[in-house]
This record gives sequence, structure tokens and C-alpha cells, in this order.
Amino acid sequence: MNLQFIVDGLISGSLIGLGAIGITLTYAILRFSNFAHGDFMAWGAYGTLSVVAAIGALVGTTTPIGALSFGWPLILAAIIGMALTACLALALDWLLFARLRDRGQSIIVVMASFGASMALRSLLEFIFTSSPNYFSRGIQMAIPMGFGVRITPDQMVMLATTVILVTAMHLFMSRSQTGREMRAYSQNPALARVVGIDTARVVRATWIIGAALACAAGIMVGILVQIRPLMGLDLLLPMFAAAILGGIGSVPGAVLGGLIIGLSEAAAVQLIGAEWRAAIAFAILMAVLLVRPMGLFGRAER
Amino acid sequence: MSIPGASILDVRGLIAGYEPGLSIVKGASIHADEREIVVILGPNGAGKSSFIKAIAGLVPITGGEVLLDGRDITFGAAHLRVRQGLAFVPQTENIFPLMTVEENLRVAGGVLAKGEVQARIDETYTMFPDLARQRKLAAGSLSGGQRQMLAVGRALIVHPRVLMLDEPSAGLSPKFVEMVFARLSEIRRAGLTIVLVEQNARAALAIGDRAYVLVEGREAHEGRAATLWDDPVVAELYLGQRRPA
Repeated sequence: MNLQFIVDGLISGSLIGLGAIGITLTYAILRFSNFAHGDFMAWGAYGTLSVVAAIGALVGTTTPIGALSFGWPLILAAIIGMALTACLALALDWLLFARLRDRGQSIIVVMASFGASMALRSLLEFIFTSSPNYFSRGIQMAIPMGFGVRITPDQMVMLATTVILVTAMHLFMSRSQTGREMRAYSQNPALARVVGIDTARVVRATWIIGAALACAAGIMVGILVQIRPLMGLDLLLPMFAAAILGGIGSVPGAVLGGLIIGLSEAAAVQLIGAEWRAAIAFAILMAVLLVRPMGLFGRAER
Repeated sequence: MSIPGASILDVRGLIAGYEPGLSIVKGASIHADEREIVVILGPNGAGKSSFIKAIAGLVPITGGEVLLDGRDITFGAAHLRVRQGLAFVPQTENIFPLMTVEENLRVAGGVLAKGEVQARIDETYTMFPDLARQRKLAAGSLSGGQRQMLAVGRALIVHPRVLMLDEPSAGLSPKFVEMVFARLSEIRRAGLTIVLVEQNARAALAIGDRAYVLVEGREAHEGRAATLWDDPVVAELYLGQRRPA
């Protein structure tokens, strides 16, 4: 048996997991399913691509770092792209979600996020057309790792970046005051206000973190696959599945959920056939939920 | 600066409710002086809980005034009231169950300077040694009495001027009720003003200085706590009938 599916699954799983962190936090803290989250990924990737192009116009051609397909402009652009995506999420919240949230019906906010998602996607198609874009058109040689497994330098760096981002996120949620405030708010918003937590700040932090991580995932998809206006929509359902599988509100859960979905999809493609890809992931999701309705890391409150 | 002897908390003609046009609190007024324990009693549905929540900033206020130390905080956000020295312990769901005991205290320390937080947490552990032993446990695994202690300890961490509690004895065994009220007396002696809403009138009046009886959203009677229990007007208001001898 070829074990290549493990590498493929880990990579797509970590991208799904990174995206799912934002979904799980939005759900736990703002209490709605944000269907525009996938479009934050696409906007993040396109925003970063635009910054890369701008840097290229300013400084000319740069050489890639080592064996990687990209150079320092992409790293700088990624940081700016994450900040821009965070601004997009904050603007959308100010313009749309906050107003509807105050009226208290979460289904209306969910429907609004559907609308926002379509608008964001159409806008991308309008600006960048629907044909795919790439951060680099170079071809990378995969390095043989034994057991028939191959991995490209880009893929290795993306996996390492995911590990760093997820670890940083976990430490932030468990050790920082803002992280504690976010967890407190997700458990009991009224009590959070009573203990002196500025809830508007918690909401802002949630959007910033979720959007920045979605942008990071979008950039990685852009580096490893391609950039398309539909890239976020394609990953939306796996990301939701990962967030639910891991347990709503749990950052490690979202990542583990992402890895399980990614690995099972890759295994299904290799062992059964590509057409079973989505079905297998959802079969696992349903099986886990039947046994543990609160997800893997979710805890029944009180 | 507060004027000696002046009311530290002054609530005048408060009107509040969750829905516009449907007031639950209909013009209630109370005041609490320095180091006083003020008890708010009243029959079920009198609006006691909504009244104290409105003062804490959790129920929308549509009329009247809330003055803390002479400063108007009527329409201030709930989290700002805490910073201004008004702490509140809700009746139920007053801890974060999925966080540890220590995290529950630490999260409330966000309004303090960074260097101060640990000292205040240690201070809370000295006051409630049970909590120190359970600092690493999820708060949701504590018993009812311990949860109440944690909620009170957390409210005190910011060194408030006024501590408000909504039915601190609810759901507790008589032993714990006695302990909670003994602690409240100690806290008052340390210089705090306490306002508490209680169903357990006898226990609350035993530690209280003054008491109000709230009926249909406004205060209907006020008196010294020591004499209120035997006041026939109170029995009439509170029970809607004469109390059996």
C-alpha cells in the first residue's frame, strides 16, 4: 500500500484545521455559523497576491528562499494580507453582523453570512476573474521520504507553519488574558460583562484571529494548489465538519477534526475512489457525533 | 471623593425591563451607606432580581438614576461599572464552569494592573482556603457552596466599593447559608458596602442593617433590619397576609 495519502491528508487536514479555528471561535463566541468564513480565505489569498504583485512592482524580481517556490515578498505580503483580512472581517461585522446580532436572532445572522459570502465571492470574480492565479508557476521536485512517500519543500514548510500557528493559538487561548476572556465570554456572555470583560473587545479579537488564520490557510492553499474565487467555498463544508467534529469552541479540537477529515478524505481517494472523498469525511463526522454529540474535545456545559 | 456618611450607592426612581414598554422595575429607590448591609426583600415576582441586575447593568434601564459615590452610572456599560467599584454576584450561573478555579479569578483581574493580579488571587485564597486547595479544578466540579464562595471571591478581586448579591443562599444547605452570611459580615467589617436580594429573609435580616421590601417593582417599605421581621406591615406586604404566630 502506498502511504502517500498520509502526507496528502496531513496537508489538506492542516489547511482545513486552520480554517476551522475561525469557524469554531465565531460559533462559540458570536453564536452563529459564519458561512462567509471560506471567503475570508479567498480574500486573504487574493489580498496577499496583490501585495506580492505590488512588492514585485517596487523592488523587481526576487529569488526564492532555498528550495522553496517563493521568496521574502510573500512572507511580508502574508503578514499584510492577514491584517487586511482581519480588517475585512471587522468591517463586515460593523456593517452587517453586529447590527443583526443585536436583534438577537441567530438564524438571520446566518442567512446574512450566506449573502455576504456570495457578495464577497462575486466581487472577487469581478476583480480578478474566475480563472486561477498562482503565487509561483515554478515546479517543485518532491523529496522521497521512504515507503513511497514524497513531500515538496513547500509542503514541509506549510506543515511546520501550521504547527507553529496552532501552538501559538493554543497558548494564546489558554495563557493570555484576552484568550481567557474569549473563553469566559463563550461560556456565559452576561457573566463576562459582570466580571468586567469588555465584550466588544472580545468580539473584535474573535474576528481578527479567525480572519487572520483563514487568510493564512488561504495563502497555503494558494501556494500548494492555486488561488480561485471558489477556493473558500470548496473548503467550507470540510471546515464546518472539522469544527463540529472537534467540539465547538475548542481550538485543538478544530485542528484535530481538520486532520481527521483531511486524512480520511485522502485515504478514501486512494483506497476507494475519488468520488467517495466527501462522503467518507461526513460518514466519520456522523459516526463520531452519534457517539459523542459534543464532538471530540467539546464538553457538556454545567 | 465621597462625603463621609453620604450614600455610596444611590438609586432613584429606577425604571427597567427587558422589553421596551414592559417595565418590571417601576420606579424603585434605595440607598446604601458606607459599610452598610442593605437587604432587599419581597414576594416572588416583585422584581427584586431584575432590580439588582438593572443596577449591575444587565437589564436595560429606561428611567431613573443610579449614582455610585455621587457619580452617575445609570447608562454605563456593565463592565465599566465593575471598574468603577460596583461588583455583582448573580444568583445562578455565577462561575465559568469549564475554566479552573484560578482562571475564574484571573479572568476577573483583567481590570487590574498586571502586577497586582497574583497578589489579589493570593488574598482571595487566604480568605477562602477551600478555593486554594481546588485552584486547578474545573469550577464546574465545585459544590454549590464552593461555587458561591468562588463567585464572591471573584467579585471581591477588584476591591469594589459596593458588593451586590442576588440570593446568595439559594440552593445551599443551612450549614453553607450560615457560612456565606458569616463571610458577608466579615467582608462588611473590612469596609465594604453590601446590597443583597434574599428570599431567606430571616438569615439576611440577621446580618443586615437596613432592609427594603419591594412589591410590584417599587419599594413599599423601609426599616431597620433588626425590627423589620416583626413589623406587621412587612408581613402584610411580604406574604400578602398576616404571618402566623
